[in-house]
Amino acid sequence: MAKPAVLPSDTHRTEPVRAARWQDYFQLMKPRVMSLVVFTGLTGLVAARTHIHPLLGAVAVLCIAVGAGASGALNMWYDADIDAKMRRTRGRPVPAGLVEGSEAAALGVVLSLLSVMLLGMAINWLAAGLLAFTIVFYAVVYTMWLKRWTAQNIVIGGLAGALPPAIGWAAATGSAPLNAWLMVLIIFLWTPPHFWALSLYISTDYAKAGVPMLPVVKGAKATRQQILIYSLIFIPVCLAPAFTGLGGPLYLAVSGLGGLVFLTLAWRVFRSDAGDAADPRTADRALYEVEAAPAPAAEPAVEGKRPPPVGGAKDARNLFAFSILYLFALFAALLAEAMIGVKALELIP
Amino acid sequence: MTDPKKTVSVQPDKADAIKARNGRNIALAVGLVAFVVLVFVVTLVRLGANVGNRF
Repeated sequence: MAKPAVLPSDTHRTEPVRAARWQDYFQLMKPRVMSLVVFTGLTGLVAARTHIHPLLGAVAVLCIAVGAGASGALNMWYDADIDAKMRRTRGRPVPAGLVEGSEAAALGVVLSLLSVMLLGMAINWLAAGLLAFTIVFYAVVYTMWLKRWTAQNIVIGGLAGALPPAIGWAAATGSAPLNAWLMVLIIFLWTPPHFWALSLYISTDYAKAGVPMLPVVKGAKATRQQILIYSLIFIPVCLAPAFTGLGGPLYLAVSGLGGLVFLTLAWRVFRSDAGDAADPRTADRALYEVEAAPAPAAEPAVEGKRPPPVGGAKDARNLFAFSILYLFALFAALLAEAMIGVKALELIP
Repeated sequence: MTDPKKTVSVQPDKADAIKARNGRNIALAVGLVAFVVLVFVVTLVRLGANVGNRF
């Protein structure tokens, strides 16, 4: 197991600039990731289309959220050395010196135990078991092993982020049928093109931190190729719920139209030179921005304005941003259809 | 001689640290109380459906 020689909290902490606030501990739980996990977990719970007491449903979603937050805290403890070297992550509470690494680890362990035990006792032990597996997979298999070892880190590690719909479904029904795993498969196949698009324009950061992301190990060209291959597999899988009695007509329309846009953007990335040169716009605030149409070539450079993205970096940024929107739209469609009571399609009887 | 009550002052950074600590304590207390209430209410809901069946 690839473990740092010295515990992160010992070596990569700077002098605290201020006392830690409760918000800093909340940041350890990666609230942005938690919100996506809550959304997909809730969709799994509602898409099961069975009755569950509203309070128990809320407790299940809360446990999924806290479990995800716990694994985030464990990740921030272990990866503090990496986080300190990357622009995107160096402001996190542990590398910023606001919270001790040991406190982050303790928070992660306590919240893991509480969320799994509460989910098991209040809902059922299948859901609790899946949540425990998710936490261990993310914190141990992905964070401590895969991330520092192989370029396939986010492919295999993506399973942890993909499981919440199955946990939600299991919480509602006590079982996890094929349709629950189809939702898992959608997120699992979404992860590689999503993260590789991001890594194409911040690969210098990953290289500096020694993280073997695909562009760092295999190069930008191979990454662009892999993005296209995974996208070609991903989109048909996104259409599948309309054939298995999970999604209805709204879902079919969203997945079909969005899928065309996704494939177009993936094709543009494939044809571009994204990642061949470092993008000067790799500031934190630019990560989630979508590129508008190219500015007129005659536009004079303005001092203080951010530099334009290099080469195909804007194609990678566009795919990264759209991938978030697409996943959100897919699950929003499933959620809306289940809540309204739209009959699911079953094109393959 | 100066009045000791008037000379007692808290340095700005120390005041910030105390304020941050109070905030952390309150957040922890709220979290613990919420957890206890949650377990209590979940118990009521889980028992509610089953207690009636025993009689």
